[in-house]
Amino acid sequence: MNRNYVNLNTNPCKMCMPIGGCLALKGIEQTMVMMHGSQGCSTYMRRHISTHYNEPVDIASSALNEKETVYGGEKNLKKGLANVIKMYEPKIIGVLTTCLAETIGEDIRAISESFKTENNVSDLDIVTIATPGYGASQYEGYFAALKALVTYFAKDANPSSHINVITTLMTPADQRLLKEMLSDFGLSFVLLPDISETLDAPYETQYHKIPKGGTKREDIARMGGAIATIEIGQLVYDEISPGYALYATHGVPLHRLPMPIGITQTDALLDLLSKLSGNAIPDKYVKQRGRMLDAMVDSHKYNGEGRAAIFGDPEIVLATTALCAENGIKPEIIATGTQSKTFKQFVETLSFSGKESAAILDDTDFDTIQKLVRERGVNLLIGNSDGKFVMEKEGVPLVRIGFPIHDQVGAQRKCYIGYEGSLRFLDDLTNTILDHKHMHYRRNVINTYFKPTEAVEKGAIGYDA
Amino acid sequence: MGKQQSNVLEERQDFIIYNKKNTKKQASFQCDQQSTSGAVSQRACVYCGARVVLNPITDAVHIIHGPIGCASYTWDIRGSLSSDKEFYRNSFSTDLRERDIIFGGEKKLSAAIDEIMATHDPKVIFVYATCVVGVIGDDLGAVARQAEAKYGIRVIPVQSSGFAGNKSSGYKAACDAILDLMSSADSTRPPVTAKDPKAFNFLGDFNLAGETWLVKRYFEEMGVKMITAITGDSTCEALQNAPNASFNIVQCAGSMHYLANHMKETYGIPFAKISFYGIEDIVDSLRTIAALTRDDDVIRRTEALIQREAEKTAFALNAYKKRIAGKTVAIYVGGGFKAISLIKQFNDLGLKSVMVGTQTGQKDEYEVIQDLAEEGTVILDDANPTELENFIKEKGADLLVGGVKERPLAYKLGVAFIDHNHERKHPLCGFEGALNFAKEVDLTLNSPVWQYLKQSDKSDADHGNIKSIEPIEKFA
Repeated sequence: MNRNYVNLNTNPCKMCMPIGGCLALKGIEQTMVMMHGSQGCSTYMRRHISTHYNEPVDIASSALNEKETVYGGEKNLKKGLANVIKMYEPKIIGVLTTCLAETIGEDIRAISESFKTENNVSDLDIVTIATPGYGASQYEGYFAALKALVTYFAKDANPSSHINVITTLMTPADQRLLKEMLSDFGLSFVLLPDISETLDAPYETQYHKIPKGGTKREDIARMGGAIATIEIGQLVYDEISPGYALYATHGVPLHRLPMPIGITQTDALLDLLSKLSGNAIPDKYVKQRGRMLDAMVDSHKYNGEGRAAIFGDPEIVLATTALCAENGIKPEIIATGTQSKTFKQFVETLSFSGKESAAILDDTDFDTIQKLVRERGVNLLIGNSDGKFVMEKEGVPLVRIGFPIHDQVGAQRKCYIGYEGSLRFLDDLTNTILDHKHMHYRRNVINTYFKPTEAVEKGAIGYDA
Repeated sequence: MGKQQSNVLEERQDFIIYNKKNTKKQASFQCDQQSTSGAVSQRACVYCGARVVLNPITDAVHIIHGPIGCASYTWDIRGSLSSDKEFYRNSFSTDLRERDIIFGGEKKLSAAIDEIMATHDPKVIFVYATCVVGVIGDDLGAVARQAEAKYGIRVIPVQSSGFAGNKSSGYKAACDAILDLMSSADSTRPPVTAKDPKAFNFLGDFNLAGETWLVKRYFEEMGVKMITAITGDSTCEALQNAPNASFNIVQCAGSMHYLANHMKETYGIPFAKISFYGIEDIVDSLRTIAALTRDDDVIRRTEALIQREAEKTAFALNAYKKRIAGKTVAIYVGGGFKAISLIKQFNDLGLKSVMVGTQTGQKDEYEVIQDLAEEGTVILDDANPTELENFIKEKGADLLVGGVKERPLAYKLGVAFIDHNHERKHPLCGFEGALNFAKEVDLTLNSPVWQYLKQSDKSDADHGNIKSIEPIEKFA
């Protein structure tokens, strides 16, 4: 069973579809997000997103009320669109549905079309995206929004020499590094979405209500003519895949890759970039790879003592599990709140000792993760800030990756991908294992050999639990 | 009405005024209305209002009946502390999926309650309605009644569908749930025949960072007895005992005025509005409480406490006042009472409030704000980021007081910031809190970081080239 309770999700390990849609839209140039639903959804998501990135995050709401819930929210949505245009002058408005709008059956596309006709709007694109909160999780919402953007804009199939790179939710720093890698191979590319500037904006004297940067709509428009698409996201299935949509509509070959975390998965990306560009892997990366191997050897005995619970967004969990597997950190619990038929299959493709006994859970919650952490003597938590509750209650340290991270600063500028990012992340994991050991081993040795009556923290002396 | 900013939405104009002294209150000023579509209001929803009020009840189980988002975004976000159980820190959700929306979620909710009861022993379960539940028509009342009959505990539905009003409606829904709980005191307990004239409830304190405990020490010294705070560090039993109070004191009036009124009607308990934020309000509040007991000993002890603490605090505050006086402040907070206390508190520290706004302030509160604020101060209800940015810039505020969502905006504008939100980790109420407050104001206003932003401003044109470094030869 995936959860302690059948009918209850206790301490959620997932978010709802619309927040995923918001995050994707925040990586599109001059775009505002309009949430069609009650006022609270937008506010909760703004709070969640802005405490992670430490950036102002403006999301409009059609602020539906009782009357509109009964008679329909068309008037509200249109008024909302007009107000957003007045205040923000965006090039694109992404309209997302919520539980409420979906349940009362709002036709957001028809409403948006009639708004454009009535108001004679020409240079504004309104992209509508169905994201019912009960439909799936943030993961699917994010890709659904990207697919909607591609479907809306990518009409131009004139062959071009660029590649498309579509990514799962990475940090702005990850995306900056990814762009550097692509440039190092001499590739011209369209990156979708591009939150590298929008959600990690430098301080400037002048404040921009919609932050600068993001993927340009002109660039999305030409994605159909690319020589190939790289979609970073193993679990993306065809129905929500922007890469698949480009393939199905324009015949753009699709390469689906895991997040480039760890040696093997970074190799996979660089090999593909080399193939697509026709250029050899630059020496810079050969050296970085060598340094990573050197460090992996240096740290392997420390890492071998790690017993990890890895949780959060399924794509990040898969990539982190791969990194742990390569380095002998034993993944005891591999968990995502997202419901996924393929999650377990992908974990099974990784090789690590103890795989048979590892708890591999989709559609789970933190109540379940916490129980397993206790039962299995986990000494390392890896995931988003929602793990802080388990950290506090079970006294196990948490290394943060994913979204949301709101109990520490700097989530937006941490880099986890490529050899350098992976290695810094691995060092964090190793050092956390070391700190934990150093904090406890004296007491545990005393309690084991000198005063054997005292409780010993499981596994803190020997190599195995 | 004063002049208006050109990019303030037309629908919003009636919610914004420039304060005018010595004229009758600007009658056209609007508040407590639905948020304008597309205006990017800082408000949350009905569910949020209900959840923040009820969540601090420590031994209650809070089940959010709906899809996952509502539970996910509100898990353990309040800094309300507990002296005992921690049930309330969990976020239980029925995690409704598409098929539940089609076939109804009542059975799932009922089974969820069964699962809770199989592993926990709560005395009360609050079941929150979310948007979809309101639309698909699940009968929470029926499910709750069945569960009560089955388990002999209280299961109380909270009518908090997100679209059914605004955040203030959620406060009311929470108060209704509390009243429901109060009405069901254990019938086996002997009824209180004579009320203790010194026993009271403290409505509208949520024990953020231990604030209830901080003022409870004052109450003990004064010789008065707090039955329970509502809802900070409260329990099911304590709330059921609340009707035994001789009077209520009400701090967060926005959320609790409704409850206070109902307790007055139902139980004949009078109430007084108080606030423990800022020296002036603290002193007034302690005296109000003492006076309500009509007990000379309490009054004497209260005066002694005030004299000692006020003197001690004034001395400590003076050190900060020198460093922060003369600066200007923009205030944008949740409720009216907080804004009122803040204006006074800043006045006391020698800072001028140039913008004052709230999410859920009421008409009478805005009248007090207009009285307290200076000529020309911008007063606004249910503001949005565009307006906050406009008026912070127009008024040249040095400091913004607000919640989590306002903080990054302040920082991007290069403005200092005070977190007056429910996640804070240090108390801001009482004498100690007033000192913490001044310390935080000083810390943020006088941080060294701002001078670098100013340098950056000057050199923006040449992208911040550093010119001030002397060549090393000079020192050779």
